Amino acid sequence: MFDFLDNPQYDVLGAFWVTVQLTVYSAIGSLIWGTILAGMRVSPVPLMRTFGTGYVNVVRNTPLTLLIIACSLGLGSTLGITMGGDTFEQTGFRLAVLGFIAYTGTFVCEALRSGINTVPQGQAEAARALGLNFFQVLTLIVLPQAFRAVVAPLANVLIALTKNTTVAAAIGVAEAALLMKEMIENEADALFAVFAVFAFGFIVLTLPTGLILGWVAKRVAVKR
Amino acid sequence: MSSVLYDTPGPKARRRNAITAVVFIAVCAAALWWVLAAMADKGQLDADKWKPFVADGQIWSTYLLPGLGETLKAAALSIVIALPLGALLGIGRLSDHRWVRVPVGAWVEFFRSIPVLMLMIFGSALYVRFTDVSSDVRPLYAVVTGLVLYNASVIAEIVRAGILSLPRGQTDAAKAIGMRKGQTMLYILVPQAVTAMLPALVSQLVVILKDTALGGALLGINDLMAQYRTIPANYGANTIATLVVIAAIFIAVNFLLTSFASWLERKLRASKKSTGAVLHPEDVEELAATPGPAGPAGPVDKA
Repeated sequence: MFDFLDNPQYDVLGAFWVTVQLTVYSAIGSLIWGTILAGMRVSPVPLMRTFGTGYVNVVRNTPLTLLIIACSLGLGSTLGITMGGDTFEQTGFRLAVLGFIAYTGTFVCEALRSGINTVPQGQAEAARALGLNFFQVLTLIVLPQAFRAVVAPLANVLIALTKNTTVAAAIGVAEAALLMKEMIENEADALFAVFAVFAFGFIVLTLPTGLILGWVAKRVAVKR
Repeated sequence: MSSVLYDTPGPKARRRNAITAVVFIAVCAAALWWVLAAMADKGQLDADKWKPFVADGQIWSTYLLPGLGETLKAAALSIVIALPLGALLGIGRLSDHRWVRVPVGAWVEFFRSIPVLMLMIFGSALYVRFTDVSSDVRPLYAVVTGLVLYNASVIAEIVRAGILSLPRGQTDAAKAIGMRKGQTMLYILVPQAVTAMLPALVSQLVVILKDTALGGALLGINDLMAQYRTIPANYGANTIATLVVIAAIFIAVNFLLTSFASWLERKLRASKKSTGAVLHPEDVEELAATPGPAGPAGPVDKA
C-alpha cells in the first residue's frame, strides 16, 4: 500500500526538510521583525506608532498567498531581486522566507503587544524613577517579562507558520505540499495512503511544538 | 498622554521625539525611493501599466468584479456549511459520553493540524476519482471542501471555548431547577455562548476569505486571486499594478469585516443581555486548553 515511498522519484523526507528549513528561517526572522514592530507600536513617537498600526492592519488583511506571489513575481521576476540566491530554487526559497517574515511578523507583534500589557504599570514607573529611558525600560524591564508571558501564543503562531509554509508551493518551492500535489496526480490509486503520509508528517512537526512550548510556557510564566 | 512605558513628554522629550520622527521619515523615504526607483527602472511605473484600472471599466467588469464574486461565493459556501458542522463538533467534544467525545476530539485535532492547502488538494483528487463533478466546478468544490474541513474544526474549538467561558453556576442553576442536559445546553449555554463568540467567529470569516486565495493560485478556481494571471496577460505585463489592486480589494473587504467584529464586540459588552464574556480569537486556544470549570472569560483588558 505504501510502496510508492520506495520510488526514488519522490523525496518525501527531502520535501519535509525544506518545510522545516522554511519554518525555522521564517520563525527566526518573524521573531525579530515582530519585536521591532511591537517596539514601534508602543513607542513614544506618534509617527512610528501610526506606521506600526498601519503595517499590521494592512498585512494581516492581505492573503498570505498574495504576499508570497508578490515576492516571487513582483520582487523576483519583475524587479530582478535575487536575495543573493544563485539558482532559481535558492532565490524562490529566500523570497518565500521574506514573504513569511513580512506576514508572520504581524502576528508576533500582536502577541507581544498583549504580553506588554500584562506587565504591571508600577514596574515601568519604578524603572523610570531609576532614570531609565524608554529604550532601557522596554528592553531591560518590560520585554523580558512580556516574552515569558506570551510563550503559549507564540507557540500557536509557530504552529500556524509551519502549516502556512505550504503556501510556498504557489511559487514552486519544493516543499511538502508541492510534492504531495505531484504524487497525488501520479499515484491516483494510492490517494488515501499519500494523504496519510503527508498528514502524519505535519502532525509529527506540529504536535511536539505545541507540547514542548506548552510545557515551557508553564515553566517560565511570571506568577502574579 | 502617559503610558506604561513613557511619561507625558516634556520639552526635552518632545524635541527628542521630533528628531526620532524625522530620522524615521528619512529612513522610510529612502526605502520608498529605492523601491520606486527600482520599479521605474523596469518600467513598472509607466502610465499604461496602471491606467487600465482607472480608465478602462472593462478590466473591472470582466476580471476583478467577477473574481471578487467567486471569492465571496467560495467563502460564503464554506462558512454556511462549516458553521453548523463546527457547532455540532464543538458540542460533541463537550459530551459526557466517552464514545462521542473521543472520536470527535480526534477528528477536530486531526483536521486542525493539517494545512488547509493539503486538504484542498486532497479534496480535488477525491472529486476526480470518486465523483463525476464536472471540471468547471471541481476547483470550487475542492476549495470549499478544504475550507470546510479545516474551519469546522476551528469553529468547533471556538464553540467549545465559548461554552467553557460561561460561569459554572449557569449549569448548576439549570440542574437545580430540574433541566435535563440537552435543555441546559439548548436553552442556557448555547445562546449565551453564541453572543460571547460572535467576534471570534467574524474574525474567522477573514481567515476563510483570505484562504480562498489558495484556490486561485493553485487549484484553478477563477477567483479574485486568479486575476494576477489573466490581467497581466491581457493588459501588458502589469504584474505589480495588478497585485497591488487585488491586495487593495482584499484589504478593503477584510477591513470591513474586522471593523464589524470590533463594533459587534463593543455592542455585546455594552448590552445587558449577555454575561459580558467576549471571546477573542486569541483567547480560544487558551480557554480550550484548560479543562474543567473555567471562570468567566475575563477578557484581558487591552485598555
